[in-house]
Amino acid sequence: MAAPIQSTIHIPTPLRRFTGELGEISVAGGTVGEALRDLVRQHPALERHLYTPEGTLRSFVNVFKNDDDVRFLDKGATPVGDGDVLSIIPSIAGGLDSGSRS
Amino acid sequence: MSFESLVEGRALPHLDSAEIRRYSRHLILPEVGTEGQRRLKAAKVLMIGTGGLGSPLGLYLAAAGVGTLGIVDFDVVDESNLQRQVLFGISDVGRPKIEAAAARLRDINPHIKIVPYETRLESSNALDLFRDYNLVVDGTDNFPTRYLVNDACVLLGKPNVYGSIFRFEGQVSVFWGAKGPCYRCLFPEPPPPGLVPSCAEGGVLGVLPGIIGALQANEVIKLIVGAGDPLIGRLVLFDALKLRFRELKLRKDPACPICSEHPTQTGLIDYDQFCGIEPEAAHEDGFDIEATDLARWRDEGRDVVVLDVRTPQEYQIARIEGAVLIPLQELPDRLNELDTASTIVAQCHGGVRSAQAVHFLRQHGFAKTRNLAGGIDAWSLQVDPSVPRY
Repeated sequence: MAAPIQSTIHIPTPLRRFTGELGEISVAGGTVGEALRDLVRQHPALERHLYTPEGTLRSFVNVFKNDDDVRFLDKGATPVGDGDVLSIIPSIAGGLDSGSRS
Repeated sequence: MSFESLVEGRALPHLDSAEIRRYSRHLILPEVGTEGQRRLKAAKVLMIGTGGLGSPLGLYLAAAGVGTLGIVDFDVVDESNLQRQVLFGISDVGRPKIEAAAARLRDINPHIKIVPYETRLESSNALDLFRDYNLVVDGTDNFPTRYLVNDACVLLGKPNVYGSIFRFEGQVSVFWGAKGPCYRCLFPEPPPPGLVPSCAEGGVLGVLPGIIGALQANEVIKLIVGAGDPLIGRLVLFDALKLRFRELKLRKDPACPICSEHPTQTGLIDYDQFCGIEPEAAHEDGFDIEATDLARWRDEGRDVVVLDVRTPQEYQIARIEGAVLIPLQELPDRLNELDTASTIVAQCHGGVRSAQAVHFLRQHGFAKTRNLAGGIDAWSLQVDPSVPRY
């Protein structure tokens, strides 16, 4: 049997607290969906931040394969090849006065 | 020029001899030239926010000679702003930002018009504020305002020069529904509160907004003079720790709620309950405890666990003596460190995160849990001034 396909997922800063501060994680899987599932298997604390309780990817979490948004490819079924780079792109709001109110 | 300038080319204002001297380094650039500088003079740019991003934006856009610079803010300068908001100095602390910013920008360039709006951007005023401007620059710190800026720009057909920062990471793009994707094509809906870290938990490297704001200023100037490749349909990501730029392709979403051919949203939406403008939470009786009451309980020798749910970094800055630190994000995994029989007072910086902790703990059987109103900040102000405020 062939070795599983390995790709790298970029973890954005806001989510690194759930990955032990790791910014790049190597995952196995032939599709974007499988790669993300492997990510969550390695770092279970990420699950509720990426998936709804029903198991679908949250609408404000964007996943890119290399420089393309997978929503415009084949979403979770988008094939991933060895060496592809996946990125999770979160919405971040900061800019003006982060930190003065909590 | 490689694309059409935002500013109408007929009847451009002339430059007087003082302006020619001032802008000479622009005028000798073929990509700007006298015509480009006259376009800058004719341009009207509205900046939302005069904070971390707004500081470099304002400084560079004023210096570059953007003829009309509108600025929107309602905050006052706080000492903790000075780590990154380079528009302001120590003598501005306590002053309305809009006033201090206008004075500084007028000093940088007396040839331009600064139009201050001391107001919060809302659905009721956004369209009227934006209407007279060629483009809007988003330097805000919260999701509701970002969606408002985007939506109002789409409805009016104006470009939105977007920048956003978190800790060591920044994003820049030009969202322009008329020419490419808008912010909602990328993020159709704001995230629900609680699922993204709040601003207060985040922190930001002071120089980061300087870099991201300067990139936004660069895009503004390009759009006005019509030079180069505008950042339409591209999202630039910047990682300050790795010193790495990455670029992603953005597409116009055919199902975008606002900028698609058949929008489902035709007006502005007021979102609330996000970091930056979280309203005062109205809690039921017995939910909050005042700092002075907690101090009295402790003086009386009552057995109270003070549960600090801030980050370890915040705990290092200041803490309430005897407080137990369990950061909010770790709480679900560390419930076994607490006793359901204890009286627990959860505490954070200002009382918002700890209120989440109280809700969570009560759902998990910790019935005698209360929230320290106003957090450690109130504790410092009302009980123990030796606890530093931050």
